[in-house]
Amino acid sequence: MKKNVFVLLFIVVLLCFLYAKEEFRVYDLPNDDGTSLQLEWDKSLADVGQIEILKSFDNKYFTLMQIPDNVFQFTDTDSSFSGKTIYYRLDVKNKEGELINFYKASAIPKAQWFNMQKLPLLIVLLILSFAIVYFINSAKRGKDLYIRRINGLDALEEAVGRSTEMGKPVLFVPGIMDLDDMQTIAGLTILGKLAEKTAEYHCRLIVPVSKSMVLSAAKEVVKTAYMQAGYPDEYQDNDIFYLTDDQFGYVAGLDGIIVREKPAANFLLGCFYAESLIVAETGFASGAIQTAGTAEPSQLPFFVASCDYTLIGEELFAASAYLSKDPQQLGSLKGQDFGKLVIILLIIVGVVLEIFGISVLKDFFTF
Amino acid sequence: MINLWTSVGIWLGALSTLAIWSFLYKDNPFYKIAEQIFVGVSAAYWLVYTIYNILIPNLFSKLIADPKGNWVYYIPGVLGLMMVLRVIPKFEKASFYPLSLLIGTTAGISLLRFLKSDVLAQTTATMLNPFANANIAVMIGQIIIIIGTITGLIYFYFSKKHQGFVGVNARIGIIFLMISFGASFGYTVMARISLLIGRLQFLFGDWLHLIK
Repeated sequence: MKKNVFVLLFIVVLLCFLYAKEEFRVYDLPNDDGTSLQLEWDKSLADVGQIEILKSFDNKYFTLMQIPDNVFQFTDTDSSFSGKTIYYRLDVKNKEGELINFYKASAIPKAQWFNMQKLPLLIVLLILSFAIVYFINSAKRGKDLYIRRINGLDALEEAVGRSTEMGKPVLFVPGIMDLDDMQTIAGLTILGKLAEKTAEYHCRLIVPVSKSMVLSAAKEVVKTAYMQAGYPDEYQDNDIFYLTDDQFGYVAGLDGIIVREKPAANFLLGCFYAESLIVAETGFASGAIQTAGTAEPSQLPFFVASCDYTLIGEELFAASAYLSKDPQQLGSLKGQDFGKLVIILLIIVGVVLEIFGISVLKDFFTF
Repeated sequence: MINLWTSVGIWLGALSTLAIWSFLYKDNPFYKIAEQIFVGVSAAYWLVYTIYNILIPNLFSKLIADPKGNWVYYIPGVLGLMMVLRVIPKFEKASFYPLSLLIGTTAGISLLRFLKSDVLAQTTATMLNPFANANIAVMIGQIIIIIGTITGLIYFYFSKKHQGFVGVNARIGIIFLMISFGASFGYTVMARISLLIGRLQFLFGDWLHLIK
């Protein structure tokens, strides 16, 4: 019995020794590129006096920083000797600046292959990707994938027909951002479908752009569309042109085109900022039928107020799938819809858990 | 004493402002002149800006300073040249590669960025306990956030017709959207009015000296 008590005491002391926290601790910062170390110290040390951190690569210490009051940790993000031991000394000084005590610690900064904090992002991405791939394959196998009506897009052919009847051109504006904006890419995808229609109807299509890369892409999109429609000779290279990179210079040019060329249909699809209302109002005053679309929440009100049809937010991205009925795009849209269902479910479950005081789900997705 | 060039600048600014405003009446020669100058000058400005602030410091200087060490900069250099090849019809297809690279990279990066900042951040921000706060206004606000987010998502659900249960929720979603658009409209109009006030101050103050 006595022997057992001693063994138990020994285990307790050993565990206490193993898990006892040093007053000053340095360890590799997890989930980083191997350039940071985390320094922590007990609150009791800060209560004694002022704290100064010194750093060394080879036992020659230099002052790293004076620690302000009520700070008990510090991340050294300049551990440029990645892979080698870095030494730290924590000096505790009294108010007169005299050294009372010091503590030493060291660690080796290491780079991690994976940032585990982003695991929730990976999980959502995988779910979304699998859903998209599944629906694309379903669409390719011939499964009928339903997409609800999107008002502005149903009117596309009607707008082109109207322009043709009136003998006026169609104007397409892909916004003011470059190809590194998804809205511009979505706009150009719709431009392809619109160009096919204008080619079929033998209607002139004007595309003024504000970025050189968008100019190249727009020319290629329209040219391909005219070829696919079977009217390559109808393609007018000069009708797709660059105005200026400047936001308001571009809009001044657009206004000029609207009042002089008098297009019967305007398509404003892409990323717009402060110029949205100026263009849309000029188009409205000219009497053109207008379809606009953007994912910029601050500009949507102006399009809603002054255009006949507005593609709100994601409708702009769904437009090309809706118009083309291409299995790849349809499957992709269906996959995104599945993602939305998952998000709705997550929100409902998350709210219910929060009401019961359980924050596991919220904490997991907060990083 | 006001510098001559400052004075010329103020007169040019004032006349250009009036020329642009003349568009409010109808298209006219003054607007045409102002428009052409604006478009031409800004296009030229951006060309020079691109050369001196992007091409020279980010590409040419680095390649001239250390061609071997900065070998990675040859990649965007070559991609840029491939874009320029569009001017030669025989080689215009070379521009497809940088275009494809840019569009593909944009799609990939944007997917992760929006998934984190828009989707997950919005999802966690909506996981609220509306009954945790004793303040009734906060409680109602949080319930509106939860209902608004869910019904807004339902509106953007394309796989079902907007009728029945989905239709009702989509209707509520679009009402939420329209209310937010209305608020945003008013807010932005206020900002535009301040721009107009700035222009009027320039005309009546700096130009005509009628106000201080």
